[in-house]
Amino acid sequence: MSGVARSLGIRHAIPLLAFLATLVFAFPTIAQQSTPNAPIDPDASVVKEETLLREAPRIEGRIDQPDPRASVLMQPAGRQWDYFHEVILHWVGAIVILGMIGLLALAYFVMGRMRISAGRSGRKLVRFNGFERFSHWLTAVSFVLLALTGLNITFGKFLLLPAIGPETFSSFAQGAKYVHNFAGFAFIVGLALIISLWIKDNLPRKVDLDWIQQGGGFIKSKHAPAGRFNAGEKLVFWWALAAGLAVTISGIFLLFPFYWTNIAGMQAAQVVHAVIAVLFVAVILAHIYIGTLGMEGAFEAMATGEVDMNWAKEHHDQWYEAKLRERSAVVSQQAPPTPAG
Amino acid sequence: MARMKFLCDADRCINCNACVTACKNENEVPWGINRRRVVTINDGKPGERSVSMACMHCTDAPCAAVCPVRCIFPTAEGVVLHDKDLCIGCGYCFYACPFGAPQYPQIGNFGSRGKMDKCTFCAGGGGAEESGSAAEYAKYGADRLSQGKLPMCAEMCSTKSLLAGDGDIIAQIYKERVLTRGYGAGAWGWMTAYRESIPS
Repeated sequence: MSGVARSLGIRHAIPLLAFLATLVFAFPTIAQQSTPNAPIDPDASVVKEETLLREAPRIEGRIDQPDPRASVLMQPAGRQWDYFHEVILHWVGAIVILGMIGLLALAYFVMGRMRISAGRSGRKLVRFNGFERFSHWLTAVSFVLLALTGLNITFGKFLLLPAIGPETFSSFAQGAKYVHNFAGFAFIVGLALIISLWIKDNLPRKVDLDWIQQGGGFIKSKHAPAGRFNAGEKLVFWWALAAGLAVTISGIFLLFPFYWTNIAGMQAAQVVHAVIAVLFVAVILAHIYIGTLGMEGAFEAMATGEVDMNWAKEHHDQWYEAKLRERSAVVSQQAPPTPAG
Repeated sequence: MARMKFLCDADRCINCNACVTACKNENEVPWGINRRRVVTINDGKPGERSVSMACMHCTDAPCAAVCPVRCIFPTAEGVVLHDKDLCIGCGYCFYACPFGAPQYPQIGNFGSRGKMDKCTFCAGGGGAEESGSAAEYAKYGADRLSQGKLPMCAEMCSTKSLLAGDGDIIAQIYKERVLTRGYGAGAWGWMTAYRESIPS
């Protein structure tokens, strides 16, 4: 039975294959013959530019040049980055920074300088030791340099270029670029020192809620309770930490262009760097105001490291008491034991 | 006055890179700098096309807008030139350029860039150097346009895929080509660069 079936199968399979082969080869001929004069369209399978740009923000291909940047044929997002840089950033930057200066001027003229209510006692307490002050001023000086040179890149062409002319401005901007690139490293070191020195005293505590509820430093008649750093200072600290990390990371991306990212990544790094930096400048302006003009007795904490005892009592009561306890403990340890009877 | 533009007819480009070589030779650009390049889309797949790309000399050029020292500007003929004496090598024009045209010789620390270099439409430089002078040539390359000659890349193109010249004239040539042969993938980059496309 099986032999018969096999021979039947083979017998039928050969004509079947022949028929199928005819179909396969004949159909294209039929198709061509039906429209003999139709133009050949080599673009039939070509993907159009608009289609590619709808699918992805960039058109990339293969290139013989050994540079991955060059393989991006087109990135219309450049025009969006241009819009961010020339319109959004200029407006946001101007509003945030001028707005902050306006607010601080208002605070100065409405509230005036915050005096030490009880007057100076003439006795001093050590608030920041030499290393703490070094860390602060390393960060502060590099920050001011970075802020001014950074603002020059964004606003210099409106403010400085018309005043000093293109040649002088270009030389200045070139120098400012190098200052910005190098001062960045000093800022990173300063930031790391500040974080490691002060993070312990900046951890949130219950007293911070009380400080905020009692209006912080904004109510002149009374002084809100605080430890070594009050809630306002803690906010500046955590802001400096977060914003400092953001500008550091985005700054390193900008400093080593295209090492770790592509064109979209570079644009994003610049956007993050610029927006955070502008906000950072505004916050630090407020910090500088309170530390100098805004409050009597505050600047000497970072200048000489010592504050007046009455200033400490009024602004950092809990820290003041802790310091006094510490001091009396030291005194009692050092004092020779009084001989009995 | 004529408005100078580039147009790459991708249906004709054979990725021979003669435009790249012609540009490098004519302008004697330094090592590592390619003012023009050829990118192949869908390489090895159906619908593969190569496009020759350089500075498109955009309308409302984004590079000129973002330049923090205002060293990039369009000429009366729409050619976007720059002044290397003013350039500080910040790299912003590369972030803004939709076509990856600005090039930088890498000098100095980190990834810091030298003075930007890009296609000048063979129109010399945007600096103070006298047109056609040796000083201008050393800094920016050839100044063919003032002699009535078009960019070398387009002049050398073996298949006449790359067209350079007055925008209206090259658009007309392209339209006629599309009409005659019955197909055309469109003028690559025109929408982004000039905010117009050539209907085909």
